[in-house]
Amino acid sequence: MPVYKLKVNGQTLSVDADDNTPVLWVLRDHFDLVGTKFGCGIGQCGACTIHVDGVATRSCLLPVSAATDMEITTIEGLSKNASHPIQLAWKEVDVPQCGYCQAGQMMTAAAFIKNNTTPNTSEIRDAMSGNICRCAAYNRIEKAVELAANKLNQSKT
Amino acid sequence: MEKVTIPSLSRRSFIRTSALAGGGILIGFNLFQSCKPKVAPATDISQLNYNDFNAFIKIADNGMVTIFSPNPEIGQGVKTAMPMLIAEELDVAWKNVQVSQGALDTKNYTRQVAGGSQSIRQGWEPLRQTGATARQMLINAAAVKWGVDPAQCKTNEGIITNTNGDSLGYGEVVKEAAMLEIPENIELKDPKNFKIIGKEVPNVDVDKIITGQSLYGIDYKEEGMVYASVLRPPAFGKKIKDFDTDAAKKVSGVLAVHKFGDKIAVLAKDTWSAMQGKKALKVTWAVDTKLENTEDHDKILLNLLNGKDFETMRADGDVKKAFTNADTIIERVYESPFLPHNCMEPMNFFADVTDDHIRLVGPIQTPAGTARRVAELLDRAPEDVSVDMTRMGGGFGRRLYGDFALEAAEISNIAKKPIKLVYSREDDMSAGIYRPAIKYKISAAIKDGKLTGYHLKEAAINSNMYGLIPNFFPAGAIENYQVDVAKYDSNITIGAWRAPYTNFLAFAEQSFFDELAEEMKVDRVQLRLDLLQKVKGTTDERIEYSPERLETVIKTAVAKSNWGKTPAGTYQGFSAYYCHNTHVAEVADVVLENNKPVVKKVVCVVDCGIVVNPLGARNQVEGGVIDGIGHAMYGDLTFADGKPEHKNFDTYRLIRMNEAPIVETHFIESDMAPTGLGEPTLPPAGAAVANAIKAATGLRLMSQPFIKQLENKEVLL
Repeated sequence: MPVYKLKVNGQTLSVDADDNTPVLWVLRDHFDLVGTKFGCGIGQCGACTIHVDGVATRSCLLPVSAATDMEITTIEGLSKNASHPIQLAWKEVDVPQCGYCQAGQMMTAAAFIKNNTTPNTSEIRDAMSGNICRCAAYNRIEKAVELAANKLNQSKT
Repeated sequence: MEKVTIPSLSRRSFIRTSALAGGGILIGFNLFQSCKPKVAPATDISQLNYNDFNAFIKIADNGMVTIFSPNPEIGQGVKTAMPMLIAEELDVAWKNVQVSQGALDTKNYTRQVAGGSQSIRQGWEPLRQTGATARQMLINAAAVKWGVDPAQCKTNEGIITNTNGDSLGYGEVVKEAAMLEIPENIELKDPKNFKIIGKEVPNVDVDKIITGQSLYGIDYKEEGMVYASVLRPPAFGKKIKDFDTDAAKKVSGVLAVHKFGDKIAVLAKDTWSAMQGKKALKVTWAVDTKLENTEDHDKILLNLLNGKDFETMRADGDVKKAFTNADTIIERVYESPFLPHNCMEPMNFFADVTDDHIRLVGPIQTPAGTARRVAELLDRAPEDVSVDMTRMGGGFGRRLYGDFALEAAEISNIAKKPIKLVYSREDDMSAGIYRPAIKYKISAAIKDGKLTGYHLKEAAINSNMYGLIPNFFPAGAIENYQVDVAKYDSNITIGAWRAPYTNFLAFAEQSFFDELAEEMKVDRVQLRLDLLQKVKGTTDERIEYSPERLETVIKTAVAKSNWGKTPAGTYQGFSAYYCHNTHVAEVADVVLENNKPVVKKVVCVVDCGIVVNPLGARNQVEGGVIDGIGHAMYGDLTFADGKPEHKNFDTYRLIRMNEAPIVETHFIESDMAPTGLGEPTLPPAGAAVANAIKAATGLRLMSQPFIKQLENKEVLL
């Protein structure tokens, strides 16, 4: 099996894996970065969302062989000391129930508010509709995205 | 003055203490000692293992407190709320408390279960007593040090003071406290003096969740562990005829292939390779029993409803006579499909089976029962099995069944290796244990404008409603009342799904009440209130709901939702239900957008007694309501030739944020003991929405998922 070098959270990591192996499983099983979650394996639930060159991406559909020259960010690398506005907002709103989908929700939300710091409700709902929360903590996720956008907006001004 | 002697060897059986190597003490409590009175005290306290007890408080020399939470955490919030009960009576500042998940105690524990919304209700007294007893021991130790009467001592957030102005921290007296007699008859706080209970306390795992730390069973790993993926029969009723593992063994990363029963496990160096190996297995399947279809189920259940072969669960008065004498009879049939649980974290478990020990780690709602079944399966002594519970990515009833832990143990036993079994979503949705398909026929007899008879018939796959469910509202409110059940035995495995039976029963009954009100030309809320009047003062001990409390949530929901006073274009639906010891009323607001009904808001009024953690409680209410709506609207698992026809989220629809209403939660202020919230807000939600959609469109939704009925009509979703 070939060896692939991936840039994850600012570090270069190597893995000996089949070229079709999704980045999701490389992160979880080989790099011990288990914050990125497996939910469906077909890009439908969003639990595995990471940032690839800053873009929210389903890691379950991204083969390791296609990810070598990209900057990958996972929930573990979203910030130092849990200081990203999304993390602050998620904590302030006390979003999680079971919490399993939240890494994916947060990575989707972080990419979204980066480009839209003044989203309205329907923009938030559309942006987040690709991520399933089986506990249906949707009201709180919605609130937290709005709060995080406000925080980001304030920090910019 | 209370006499306190040091040291005392007398120990009541439900409590033990142990000095910690790093300083401080560990106090272990057997919470349910009344059920298991004969637990022998340890002869040597240094030999104590915290697994011997089910509630633990660890107090360090610096006063930091660790509380071990006994019950499994599936997202219902008990890992935060149960330790709050201990901390309240222990009288420590919540910021000085750390919470850890307690492990399974197979010897002493009676209910280390996440199920039935019972953790808080059943833990309410014993967990507070645990904290209060520890607090009194600390006071007694300080009193001995000071040579004063313990009655002159007070505590405040981990500090003990006396009337002379002395003060000591808990950490300064823990060692002495550990050597004292166990005090008895400890008085618990008056609820008006609560400092932690009733406050908004964030989820204790929130920091780990938002930073992606290892928490869940699927995250668990250890040195030397391999990953397992299992191929199971593709249809209920099939078994292995022939199989060929050569191609699977050649898949890169695959280490071994083992057949066990009618399943084949592929072991690999990572999850992906195991899953690829499984796909490469070549198996010919043979029909073992019968291959069932949803179409057939529908006919069979309708035949059962129209037949005579019922078991009567409750019969009051003379239903037959009421129907014979009726001026009008209303009869309706309500239908529901199978539902998979679809926990976001697919089923998984770690097992390490060796000659000495069976070590299980993973997400399980029933650790004790699962440990017992694993011991039986592998013909081992129950004490050989240990279970560590991880945080769970959802439960919803699916993780009451330890089938996946048994598989993991069996594979590890064959492979002689520590293994972690991981289901794919397709495995998870097709391996079974579903909410069974159920149909209800409800008939009402009306005479002289009054409801004189009510007859509910249930036809279900494999399992009927049980326990006190046939005695829930409207039982007791109608003179001639009967509940009959019938079932069809299928080879499709079924089980508990969040709010078993009531999750659909409430929809049927609360939809029926709306129809009844229309037929009787009475106000739909008043109809319910009038019926409740008749239950007040009942001496029927089977009736566990309170007509007064149900009336209060109904009236509060009317007030909070502006019932009947909404602006033009907003249509409301009402629903109220009692289950899992909690009374709930809900009002859904629906509007039409491009001729499509959209649920905008749900007002949910809950009487769950004292609200232990309002922050977590509201989360449960919001989630329960939206989950109820989502499954009523979209949930649908059909079968063809024994095969589930939906295996992943591309064809199986779960509610998403853009479809979720805003839930407005109101708790009834109460000083009654708390009841659970994991389930009871879900059952009424479907009917609240269906009744609102009827008001908006004229279309009466009779079967779930609603989307099917809506798609066939002019109104489209």
